[in-house]
Amino acid sequence: MATATQSRRSAESLAKKQREISVSEFFAKNRHLLGFDNPRKALLTTVKEAVDNSIDACEEAKILPDISVEIESVPEKEDRLIVTITDNGPGIVRNQIPKIFGKLLYGSKFHRLRMSRGQQGIGISAAGMYSLLTTGKPIHIISRINEKKKAHDFELQIDTTRNEPIVVRDEELEWDRPHGTRVRLEIVGRYQKGRLSVDEYLEQVAIANPHLKMSYKSPDGKGAEFPRAVEELPREPKEIKPHPHGVELGVMMKMLHETKSRTLGGFLQSDFSRVSSGVAQKICDMAGLRTNMRPSRAAVREVEKLHKAIAKVKIMNPPTDVLSPIGEMNLLKGMHKQVQAEFYSAVMRPPAVYRGNPFQVEVGIAYGVQGHGSDDSIRVLRFANRVPLLYQQGACAVSDSIVGTAWRNYGISQSRGSLPSGPIAIAVHLASVWVPFTSESKEAIAHYDVIIKEMKLAIQEAGRRVATFLRRRQRQTKQLQRRSIFERYIEEVAEACNELSGANQKRLMKQLQDMAVRVTKIEEQKARKEVSPDDFLKGTTSLVIPENAPQEEEE
Amino acid sequence: MARATKKTKNMDNETRAKLVKLAESVVKQVQKKENPIIQIPTRSLSNVHFDPKKKMIRMGDQKHSRMFFNTSMARKFMQTMLVASTVKGELLRSGKTTSIRDLYYMMKHTVEGTRENTFEEQDESDPIIEDLEVSVDSLREELHLFASNKGAMVGDMTIVDSGDTIDLRRMGSGGWSIPSIVEPNVVQFKKVNAKFILLVEKDAMWRRLNEDKFWQKHHCILLHGQGQPPRGVRRLLYRMVNELKLPLYVFVDNDPWGYYIYSVIKQGSINLAYESQRMAVPSARFVGLSSFDKDRFKLPSNVTIQLTPEDINRAKQLLSYDWFQKAAWKKEIRNMLRAGVKLELEALSKKDISFASDEFLPKKIKDKDWLD
Repeated sequence: MATATQSRRSAESLAKKQREISVSEFFAKNRHLLGFDNPRKALLTTVKEAVDNSIDACEEAKILPDISVEIESVPEKEDRLIVTITDNGPGIVRNQIPKIFGKLLYGSKFHRLRMSRGQQGIGISAAGMYSLLTTGKPIHIISRINEKKKAHDFELQIDTTRNEPIVVRDEELEWDRPHGTRVRLEIVGRYQKGRLSVDEYLEQVAIANPHLKMSYKSPDGKGAEFPRAVEELPREPKEIKPHPHGVELGVMMKMLHETKSRTLGGFLQSDFSRVSSGVAQKICDMAGLRTNMRPSRAAVREVEKLHKAIAKVKIMNPPTDVLSPIGEMNLLKGMHKQVQAEFYSAVMRPPAVYRGNPFQVEVGIAYGVQGHGSDDSIRVLRFANRVPLLYQQGACAVSDSIVGTAWRNYGISQSRGSLPSGPIAIAVHLASVWVPFTSESKEAIAHYDVIIKEMKLAIQEAGRRVATFLRRRQRQTKQLQRRSIFERYIEEVAEACNELSGANQKRLMKQLQDMAVRVTKIEEQKARKEVSPDDFLKGTTSLVIPENAPQEEEE
Repeated sequence: MARATKKTKNMDNETRAKLVKLAESVVKQVQKKENPIIQIPTRSLSNVHFDPKKKMIRMGDQKHSRMFFNTSMARKFMQTMLVASTVKGELLRSGKTTSIRDLYYMMKHTVEGTRENTFEEQDESDPIIEDLEVSVDSLREELHLFASNKGAMVGDMTIVDSGDTIDLRRMGSGGWSIPSIVEPNVVQFKKVNAKFILLVEKDAMWRRLNEDKFWQKHHCILLHGQGQPPRGVRRLLYRMVNELKLPLYVFVDNDPWGYYIYSVIKQGSINLAYESQRMAVPSARFVGLSSFDKDRFKLPSNVTIQLTPEDINRAKQLLSYDWFQKAAWKKEIRNMLRAGVKLELEALSKKDISFASDEFLPKKIKDKDWLD
């Protein structure tokens, strides 16, 4: 309630308090938006950002990635962890190092449309900022670009007000690696096993990146080795220009002002994909604008007309060969490498388009997953551009697609409106030049109808293959039961015949045994040891691990 | 019971040859990589017909295939072969005869590598023996098998049983126990003063009649078969009727099961239709209890028992059989259904303890008050 003693403040006095907020400051106050909510999640996000960057860098330089992840606890300091990620990537040139690691929203990925793991240029510098904010320790980087040069050894801090890096140390160093980058951060974090852990994250990274070799050491002195399952790099994704149908009004204005083209027609043709001179003409005609007008002169009203016209003109879909999906075979190999199960299959959908952005869905499924109860909900592995998504499963388009699939049709139990249950692991991968996340922390894929539709189609195909496998296994079990009934009585019958007519008992038994096998014939199966992922039933991209096959020995 | 007469030796050779043939056919089929099959004449209603000329139930030509490679038949196939081999290996070889219960124990053992027995119950082996009888066309006695004694007989007659002379007038209260095999080489009829034969359904009424010396007063042969009479009793009836030319009266409860006992004695049974020729007595007469007897003999109304749904169903089944199509029989059964009650033989004792022997049966036979 206002009282007489309170006087009104002038706009001028208020203006003194209004000033620019730096992104870094914003982050410092809103770190949950980027995935640093609590110590446990902060550790995961730190590892994730560093690993994503390393793999992206290797792939761009066409190097098969070989990465090590090490997490150490700091003696006598609870909740303090040192995270070190080392890669064999191309390295970073000296004057870029401070900006990449010490400045938020700096990077090569935001300004282009190209499939990559990171897309905003926030990740690793956010981790650095988190490190600084929680421990006061600088971020430590060693990077080397080739054998001829020495490695650079940097220590960086971030000026959170100005969003600028502060170089604490800049030295040269002898390093045993010919090229690559090592990032070391000390953070407040907590290491925990189980769901949503770093362990799980790295395991899923290995599934989606079978070309990756990775070694991992956890604070408890354990860890894991993830061998490489594929010796080829994924196809290099291509950069594309935005498709007119995916561009919003504000972006369109910005593009009009920044373009190098001098005419509207030229702008449309050169700054967008799939716009020919004919299409440009059509758009201009429909908008009532001249093709030779200067783009930078367009008034707001004219841009609005242009934007509306674009929506009405039929434009060819963007090129879809720009993506680099994991591929059915490789997804199968990745699943087979990390998930022990009886049956595997992988399904890849043809590329499709949402809001002008090409995307592609892949699904890998494993049935008979070891240690997974038949009453437990199935295990869902979500991937976006090969990056595992662990948090916010319920808010993700992947979950909606799985829940919205009628699993009972495939002989798998499912309560209405929930995930099916059974010994199943399902991996859903969305590859796109721009993955629509629900938030900046990149934890869940947004619900675009066309994306959900593609996911469902792939999941349904995978479900059908599981159903086929289950039916066949049921038939086999039945046949084996039948056979055992016949086999039970063979000796008695042969003995009786021998007593009655002097028939050769052994020979008769052998003949009856052969017949028993013949009348209960089932497909011959290879023993597990003989199966290599390269033998996957040719052309079907499914793999059946025979029952009673010898188990692989523990290492 | 080892008897090595020339006749039985020939019979044994014939039986042995039939069993060997059975095994040879199985082996031959296996060698041709065919599913081994034993053909078994079908012993069910679908494969019997009533021969109106001979007035008996005859078995048809239908056979069913018992095959080894069929999950529901494999066990029975094995059991059939086991019965055949045990009969040949144990009984024919030694020349000894044994009971079907003994045979069950001889064959029973655990199937190797399982916890399953070749036969779990005697109920399982008995029908398999009957299957073997029909499929190799050898009677039970030819397989050296007999059933346990069932039923008893007294009367005005002397017989020889396995060489021992037995005066059926001096059998005390228990009577002569009727063996399962009563072929002429075992049982011979000697001095016969009886004028007719009376088969009683149950032991209790038989004891009453025996105690009252009914057979002495009326010069008859009195026997019972403990409910549905076994093959030994039926064969004995057949022989007495045909060899001694005596009329046969049947005295059973007034319910569908009593009717059927009479019908089995007269026409033969569905299950053992292949034995009808040797056992059926088409001249047998039904002297009671009839569904009309309650009124005719003024029995007190509280002696009746309600028909159960099972009784009603069975009665309706009987009405559908070819051999129950005589008008008098339809009337008889329908009357029982209409009244909705049945009568046991013991109901007669309600009037007087010896009512059956002193009044009921003499009057029935004198008045020729029977159903044919």
